[in-house]
Amino acid sequence: MTAALRRHGWSYLFVLPTFSLFVVFTLLPVAQGLVLSLQDARVTGGSFIGLANFGTLADDPVFRQALGNTVLYATVVVAAQVTLALIVASLIQPLGTKSRVFYRALFYLPLVNSAILVAIVWRWIFNPNPFGLANATLGVFGVGPFLWIGSSDQALLAVILSAVLTIPGGGVVLYSAAMGSLPRELYEAADLEGAGPFAKWRHITVPLLRPTTLYLVVVYTILAFQVFERVYIMTNGGGPNNATITIVQLIYSTAFQFGRYGLASAMAVVLFLMAMVVAVVQFRSLRTDVEY
Amino acid sequence: MSSIKRRVPVHVLLIVAGVLSLFPLYWLFLTSLSPTQYVVRVPPEVVPRELTVSNYQRLFETTPIVRWLVNTIVIAGVITVFHLLFDSMAGYAFAKRRFPGKDVMFWLVVSTLTVPAQVTLIPVFFILRTLGLLDTYPGVILPGLADVFGVFLMKQFIQTLPSEYEHAARVDGASEWQVYRHIIVPLSRPALAVLAIFTFQRYWNAFIFPLVILRDPAKYPVQVGLATLQGEFNTDYGMLMTGAAVAALPLIAVFFAFQRYFIEGIRIGGVKG
Repeated sequence: MTAALRRHGWSYLFVLPTFSLFVVFTLLPVAQGLVLSLQDARVTGGSFIGLANFGTLADDPVFRQALGNTVLYATVVVAAQVTLALIVASLIQPLGTKSRVFYRALFYLPLVNSAILVAIVWRWIFNPNPFGLANATLGVFGVGPFLWIGSSDQALLAVILSAVLTIPGGGVVLYSAAMGSLPRELYEAADLEGAGPFAKWRHITVPLLRPTTLYLVVVYTILAFQVFERVYIMTNGGGPNNATITIVQLIYSTAFQFGRYGLASAMAVVLFLMAMVVAVVQFRSLRTDVEY
Repeated sequence: MSSIKRRVPVHVLLIVAGVLSLFPLYWLFLTSLSPTQYVVRVPPEVVPRELTVSNYQRLFETTPIVRWLVNTIVIAGVITVFHLLFDSMAGYAFAKRRFPGKDVMFWLVVSTLTVPAQVTLIPVFFILRTLGLLDTYPGVILPGLADVFGVFLMKQFIQTLPSEYEHAARVDGASEWQVYRHIIVPLSRPALAVLAIFTFQRYWNAFIFPLVILRDPAKYPVQVGLATLQGEFNTDYGMLMTGAAVAALPLIAVFFAFQRYFIEGIRIGGVKG
């Protein structure tokens, strides 16, 4: 034992700070979160109640609304982000190195800002007044004005639009990097057969980029499942009639405004499972991925 | 020549997309610099007629924004410094050293990479309450040191370094700490730069953890402060945009200074928030 410690002592010293912090503030909390989800934990303590919290959630219309909103938001936003990233990266790729560097930076710049800041700006853009930028822009075409974040029908649309209307710079960079390392032989063969640029893009580039696409879908989906700041700021934490309520927003209010920690932990477990399903799907489809 | 001509529409398209993408940011700064009567004009004016810094004066006089900025610099700065040290140490051990339990430890670390942070929010709140760290700076900083993305990043990078220098240093009688300090750290500088930028940005922008952990507004980082401004100046858009502009400027400056590392970071570490 002491010999092993002498031999490996330095290795353990090197991992000790990170690993102990990881155990206390990540690993144990994940386990404790699972335990809490099985308890009737409130401000004053709680007792073990099995899966009752999950039964409560299944019957709760507000949670079902939050789940539906979260999935809808994630589906639309992820589809738009991945498509936009692919199109923009494809347009940038044939340009010279200098242009590529310039555009990558251009599209990444808006993303250094915090979710709070972005949400504050979009709340201002989608405010229900005629001087709101969204209303004024649509007014040019004779449409509107709309209530946007002030209406239970349009609030979620405004939140989704705010996310869709931003070019996903990270995805552009990743696609762009992946395109730089695609094998040239296939393109040369296609050239010999007289394939046009769009045919080459559609039948060579897009299929070869599948690993990047899968990665982006998974990462963007897990991030979209966690949408909180936009809803918290743009629609005062859920909008009229809970129109924009999401899972994380509901976890926050259930735990820290109403003190129902057990119920909120059960919601967190649902979120955890959603993220895990997405990650597993990615892993399995990567395993069955065709080699080119 | 013809290929240049063909590229013109592509450039036009990309520039338009870029301008649209940056427009909210432009609108933010424009609103913050506009006199109040112009902010609520119908239709809104996209090109300013008159600019003023009165919103900025009002913001600095009536809100603790400076205090919030200092808090954020301290919190994000301390977290970043510790991540650079701890993650490079752990990354080195996981990449280059052999020791019992290594695979299990690394597997545990990697397995939590996709766990949404909100899953740990309530338990971390309880742990901090037990430790008496709620509403303190260490209470915000310690959980920030537990995220393992940096360990993963450093391990991936250090793995690619040749081992000859380490062996040579050991033959020359260097201690294990000296090998880490004088061989690994200097060679890892590019990855450390990426890690520094990412970590600082991540904790500059952090919201839900400090929101839950801190009570005293004097301790708020700027994002939580901004959210309270949103409540206080609900329809005073000029004031809100000014607060947001002040919070945005430091990171935008960091981006222009270290742009290369942001882009490089995505390529090495993937999309992270």
